Amino acid sequence: MQDLSPGGAHVRAVHDEFHGDLLEVSMGPHHPSTHGVFRMVVTLDGERIVKLKPVFGYLHRNHEKLGEGTSYLGSMPYTDRLDYLCSMTNNWAYAVAVEKLAGLTVPERAEYVRVILAELTRLLNHTCLAGFLMQDCGCSGTPLMYAFREREKILDLFESLSGSRMMCNYQRFGGCRVDPPADWLARAQTLVDGYTAFLDEFEALLTGNEIVMARTQGVGCMSAALAVSAGVTGPALRATGVAHDLRKVDGYGVYPRFNFRVPLGAHGDVYDRYMIRVLEMRESVGILQQALAGLPGGPIMNPAAKLRGFRPKAGEAYGRIEGPKGEIGFYLISDGSPNPWRYRVRPPSFINLTILEDMCLGHTVADAVIILGSVDIVLGEVDR
Amino acid sequence: METPEQIRDRLLARFPGAQVTVVVNGSPSAQHSLLVDAAHGREMAGFLRDDPVLKLDQCSNVTGVDWPEKEVVETRKTTVPDPAGGTPKIIEEKSKRIEPGCLEVVYHLFSVALRHGPVVLRMRTGNRTDAVTLPSLTPVWRSCEFQEREVFDLFGVKFDGHPDLRRILMWDAFKDHPMRKDYVEPDDYEWEPTPHGDVLAKAKKHFPAPAAPAAAPTPPTATA
Repeated sequence: MQDLSPGGAHVRAVHDEFHGDLLEVSMGPHHPSTHGVFRMVVTLDGERIVKLKPVFGYLHRNHEKLGEGTSYLGSMPYTDRLDYLCSMTNNWAYAVAVEKLAGLTVPERAEYVRVILAELTRLLNHTCLAGFLMQDCGCSGTPLMYAFREREKILDLFESLSGSRMMCNYQRFGGCRVDPPADWLARAQTLVDGYTAFLDEFEALLTGNEIVMARTQGVGCMSAALAVSAGVTGPALRATGVAHDLRKVDGYGVYPRFNFRVPLGAHGDVYDRYMIRVLEMRESVGILQQALAGLPGGPIMNPAAKLRGFRPKAGEAYGRIEGPKGEIGFYLISDGSPNPWRYRVRPPSFINLTILEDMCLGHTVADAVIILGSVDIVLGEVDR
Repeated sequence: METPEQIRDRLLARFPGAQVTVVVNGSPSAQHSLLVDAAHGREMAGFLRDDPVLKLDQCSNVTGVDWPEKEVVETRKTTVPDPAGGTPKIIEEKSKRIEPGCLEVVYHLFSVALRHGPVVLRMRTGNRTDAVTLPSLTPVWRSCEFQEREVFDLFGVKFDGHPDLRRILMWDAFKDHPMRKDYVEPDDYEWEPTPHGDVLAKAKKHFPAPAAPAAAPTPPTATA
């Protein structure tokens, strides 16, 4: 363990290096603004951050080793626990990787249902994120409460479809587990119809708010070149102005059939990252309307898909989708046995943190809190 | 996008003396990969990033794979003609061969600018014990920074040229590399106040019962 005793070697080293009064602050792991058990070792010159080292692993349970010790189907419920806000998209990404590995096709109805659930997850995640971010900014309570009110409605839908609010375990390789009944679709339609009104209300409260703008604009800027090099994906990358959305780039599933735009930012600061998410939610509402209107009939599972006793041929596959937090990918190596030889998760939250230090340098501790909040991490996925 | 064979040929033309082989992927995904030698790894990675045709500006995924050494049994059949003119005899000879193990690091490269990928790059260490150093690609793609630390932590690959090679998920004092296939988990991590079943068996094995107190010395018997 690093020696963190007062006056320990680390502080002395800092003093020797800078010949000044630098203060080393350990933020977290038990700190409400770190969104879980995450720690940042921050070195401060006055109020300015001159060094920031993230410390991980407090929630590490070696997810990948567990995945190698169980069957392909056995890992599916476990992917829920990665990013526990977005279990539907985690399931989908894993299903895509296995489908690539085994060459399975998915019925059209299942593809539509997957899109509906993924876009609902995106609404859920972005709504929560906006609420949390405002909480981090110091507008305590109100925005988060409104966000969680909407989140509960989506979770109710997930619960009635999959049996669980957050740990959905709904997708299967080759389709989905159960067919959504007509009344579920009607309820989803009601929610989608009402979502724009909620977004209008939410935006009226926040988007043009002078305090929010003063607090978030020009904070935590990230350049496009650095973001691409650092593997940043999702809304954080698009806030820098890079048009990279896997729904357009890879065109997986039935996304090419829907008409939607990819919002782009210009500055790559905290405000842009907030704004991108709000605009993405509006596009998601549009996709949901199209998908619910165009949902075809037919089977929900590929009858050729074999869930139990599933042994894909030896080989490997990397499958990825656009999760709400960025590119979530799974890399699988099969040796022909029932368990994967290698099971790897490409966690967007973890990789988006690579340049946390670059974004925070020169800002204050209070800014580091909102920069971290705007990156959007879930520690279940960061530490795996 | 170019096929892996085309990329291999261009790499070999650009870096004479380098070794590049295409590793064929047998699954329907058909994501074949390029196995490059460690000595030229970083220059080739830089070439792939800057090449105008490929422009692989994003290294999306970095991971390790452990390939322990395995025993391969090969059967060789030889046909021996019968000198008496009967049916020839088939003699089966079995030979055992130890295939050396290695650690492999896999990079999934994409192009954000040109919207193609993945190009899968692999590098292998000499063995799994002392020759485990590979060049770090963090100077080429910043996204390798944390992911290579993770490979170092969980697989034990040392990355030459990495700016800050420390454990990332396990704690600093941790000794082994948990993602290796031969990793044995410690048996004393779970403790229950009233152990039973498997846990009790493990605990008994790990914490041997304290030695019985030495027998009390017998008082000298009075001799008559």
